[in-house]
Amino acid sequence: MMELARTSPSSHSGGDPTPSSRGATPASGDWLRRLGPGDWLYGAALVLAAFFALVQYGGSMDVYDKGILLLHVPVLLAIGWYWKAFRPFLAAVAAVSLASIALYQGELARADQSFLLKYLISSQTAIMWMSALIFMATAAYWLGLALRSDFAEKTGNVLTWAAVTMGTSGLFVRWYESYLIGPDIGHIPISNLYEVFVLFSLLTALLYLYYELRYGTRRLGAFVLTVISAAVGFLLWYTFTREAHQIQPLIPALQSYWMKVHVPTNFIGYGAFALSAMVGSAYLLAERGVLASRLPPLRVLEDVMYKSIAIGFAFFTIATILGALWAAEAWGTYWQWDPKETWALIVWLNYAAWLHMRLTKGLRGSMLAWWAVVGLVVVTFAFLGVNMFLSGLHSYGSL
Amino acid sequence: MQRGTARALFELLSSMRFAISLLTILAIASVVGTVVKQNEPFNAYLNQFGPFWFPVFEKLGIYSVYNASWFLVILAFLVVSTSLCIARQTRPMLREMRNFREHAREASLRQFGHQASIVPASDVATSLERARTYLARAGFRFRASERKDHVLLAAKQGSAGRAGYFLAHGAIVLICIGGLLDGDLPLKLQMASGGKQATSGNQLIADIPASARLGAGNPSFRGNVFIPEGRSASAAVLNVGDGILLQELPFTISLKRFHIDHYENGMPKRFASDILITDDSGKALERTIEVNKPFEYRGITLYQSSFEDGGSLLSLAVHGLARGVPRLTAMQGAVGDTVPLHAGDARYTLELTQFRVFNVEDMGTGKNGDAPASGMARFEQHLGSGAKSPTQKNLRNIGPSYTFKLRDEAGQAREFNNYMLPIEQQGRWYLYSGTRDSQAEAFRYMRIPLDADGKAETWFALHDIVFDPALRAELARRVAARSATGASAADSGMRDRLAQTVEHTLTLFADRGYESIGRFIEATVPAAERERAADVFVKIMQGAVWEAWLMTRERAGQAAPALDENDATYLRDSIAALSDSLFYGAPVYLQLTAYDERQATVLQATRSPGKALVFLGSLLLVLGVFAMLYIRERRLFVLIKANEVLVAMSSNRKAIDVDETFQRHVDALRELFAAPKTVQPDSRDA
Repeated sequence: MMELARTSPSSHSGGDPTPSSRGATPASGDWLRRLGPGDWLYGAALVLAAFFALVQYGGSMDVYDKGILLLHVPVLLAIGWYWKAFRPFLAAVAAVSLASIALYQGELARADQSFLLKYLISSQTAIMWMSALIFMATAAYWLGLALRSDFAEKTGNVLTWAAVTMGTSGLFVRWYESYLIGPDIGHIPISNLYEVFVLFSLLTALLYLYYELRYGTRRLGAFVLTVISAAVGFLLWYTFTREAHQIQPLIPALQSYWMKVHVPTNFIGYGAFALSAMVGSAYLLAERGVLASRLPPLRVLEDVMYKSIAIGFAFFTIATILGALWAAEAWGTYWQWDPKETWALIVWLNYAAWLHMRLTKGLRGSMLAWWAVVGLVVVTFAFLGVNMFLSGLHSYGSL
Repeated sequence: MQRGTARALFELLSSMRFAISLLTILAIASVVGTVVKQNEPFNAYLNQFGPFWFPVFEKLGIYSVYNASWFLVILAFLVVSTSLCIARQTRPMLREMRNFREHAREASLRQFGHQASIVPASDVATSLERARTYLARAGFRFRASERKDHVLLAAKQGSAGRAGYFLAHGAIVLICIGGLLDGDLPLKLQMASGGKQATSGNQLIADIPASARLGAGNPSFRGNVFIPEGRSASAAVLNVGDGILLQELPFTISLKRFHIDHYENGMPKRFASDILITDDSGKALERTIEVNKPFEYRGITLYQSSFEDGGSLLSLAVHGLARGVPRLTAMQGAVGDTVPLHAGDARYTLELTQFRVFNVEDMGTGKNGDAPASGMARFEQHLGSGAKSPTQKNLRNIGPSYTFKLRDEAGQAREFNNYMLPIEQQGRWYLYSGTRDSQAEAFRYMRIPLDADGKAETWFALHDIVFDPALRAELARRVAARSATGASAADSGMRDRLAQTVEHTLTLFADRGYESIGRFIEATVPAAERERAADVFVKIMQGAVWEAWLMTRERAGQAAPALDENDATYLRDSIAALSDSLFYGAPVYLQLTAYDERQATVLQATRSPGKALVFLGSLLLVLGVFAMLYIRERRLFVLIKANEVLVAMSSNRKAIDVDETFQRHVDALRELFAAPKTVQPDSRDA
């Protein structure tokens, strides 16, 4: 997470130009003094929000939920302090979600009666908006890349933020809706392939937005948003042909606290790997002179690729271990070579080898970029292929 | 010479190239185990690969890749390689962590990729003081080394990143060793050294020989405990290859009750076993074990793994289908039992395999339903909450079902799946019975229609008449008499021809139902007229079955019904079922009439000595990975001369942020050293 502690010196995008890290000394104790009133206000808002959530929804939470809720305060505080653009996003998500919940008035049927719910902020509609915005953002970024248009790229940036806001709110509202179906059915919306595809799109987009600011370039948006668009395309197909969007109750194997931590952690990993692969493909193109004048320098591409694989690897390691802990509780053994487990190991080994080659052997250049691109194929198989072609214990999201 | 070889071997095993190759081989080997389903019954593999490849793959350990010795050898090599890598790196790493490199020479600093020269505005002592303060504030630890004409401050930070190396790589070794302890290896060693041998699973627990029993002291195992309600067990079954071993437990588990709860839509909500654990200490523990809520006792963890039927008692009505089998008899059997069944002269064994009280199925819309929306309307259906689905499913519990195998004297078995209660389809009711030749197929269902009074018996009576060769001529005659009622000779001639046709049709039908009629038409009627001919045959069959129906009513002393729309449908369904019954493959239809359910739980009992080791390793791995990736080691050298300050930086990683960090330090130091000398005026001549 130290990654977040650094702000781009050459940043020319949203958020206030932070004096941090540009100052004379990057001494560790100094960051507290550099916080402005806005930062403290943000902190206070977070504490209040947590308090509000405890009072309002505490009844549906057990002690773990409450612990995690409280843990969110420092984590979100840290993210928001280092990444200012995250704050309006968080505020918007809270506003949209709460508005939607208020409009529901505790009745599911309101989703079809209230105009705002039906066409804007009920879960399904919000996720549809996310999908549309992602497509639009992708088009804007490509336009920006093709025409060297700053305006188009800025539009892409705004659209992406809007998309993640709608998507995140959509998931929160979906969570609420699941409790409206029945108190025994309510659960966090990360339990099937449909829900995790939304999560994947959101996390990949957020990671990208962070790197956009960190490296001060919007030129990679076209590439990264393309893979998100692909995910959204799959999501829509899945919705319209398979009715996969319907909220289903949790089968006993999934009724565990571990799901709430295992799944999101995993998708930070998947998202980061997908991002690195897209940057890798940008690298390969630029190396051959395609778009080279428009894309950031090769060493920047190379660096983004490494950073996202590093963060993906770290989170994927945690996710796999969390999965093992969960498996130990649910299936009686932390590892049993189930196809999903095995493919997770293959993904892990792949990126472990990648990092060894780069960090220890000092390998650079197109070999690593190719490797990152192939890595996405392996990741996609672990994520989707296993569910489609292999049967095993993880078959919750079968196609 | 020998020394040289050992050295070379050490070099190879601890080399990065070797480790990466191992990772690759491990990944590829793992893929095999995900493509071929693991630990299935050997018969399934024999079917899948055929008699030639089956033994080849068995030798290669493909059916249990992750326990195959070659796979364990790869893992062992990985452990050795990683350990040697650690051993090899320890000394240089520690040296590197402790060393400040304060003896670096000016000339070598000038070779650094990151180096900058600053002209100081202050004298050496002031600069030195300022540099010290700066380094300390920037989080560096440093050592000063005074030389003839300059002072060198050798600073570093982030050395802890190197500790990450030990944590992460040590963790891999720990995890592999832990995994090895919990894997099959201890069992294999016991079998090899203790003379233990797997035995067949098809025997009573009491008959299992001592050579297939493992003592309660066994440090590592994973087995299943099967307990029917109201019974107890004190041993777990370990599957080994195609056989089993019995693992004795240091306690006895009794199952008081097994619960399955369902959601409204029929999905399972909760599996739970209320158990009582007793051991020689005389203690008795009552616990409920659920999925995701295991229970540990005396080092053995019990998990809710699965559930089965625990010997439910089924009462069956036996309807004869084949000739010579009584119309109706009754029998009883418990699930899991094998019961002899006599059908006329043929002898069968009935194996009752499974019983389910609930069967929640999607019964379709029932009515015709709304036409699927298109365009915008279809899109709009997907707006709103995630709670609804545009295509509402009609989930219904259609009642109990059971499966059984009927094995003939030659040992050939067919599997059947019968529903106890009639099931509604478009307003009409049927008894469903599925049949298949092998587990690889799906069940094909025969639907026996119920008559207007809700009875299936009528169909069985029709069956008996239509397929009775002795009644065929009589039936044909009656059909003909009803159709051509005239008294003239022409009429009588037509009656005879019609009766012949009906009899021929019935004979054809009795062979392979509609199939033989179809074949007959294909063989004798020109293509253009086949459709019409088929129509005629269907009409004839309807007439014949209608007549049979009238005969059954006469026999029962009932009045002849007037043929209405309902009856016509019933006739159609009946003929279809009669046709299907010829392919049913059993001489009887076994109707479930009553049951006494007894469930059984399957608990998994595990002792895994490596678990703690693996979890510790996992923790270290996470710490190590984060330390390695995110604690950046930086060495900053500030060489201060009277007229120049040389700043140089090295890092163990080459990345953009090294450039940035270096630039930041240089900028900051440049600003610092450019400050007016008045800050410390009296140090001017020092």
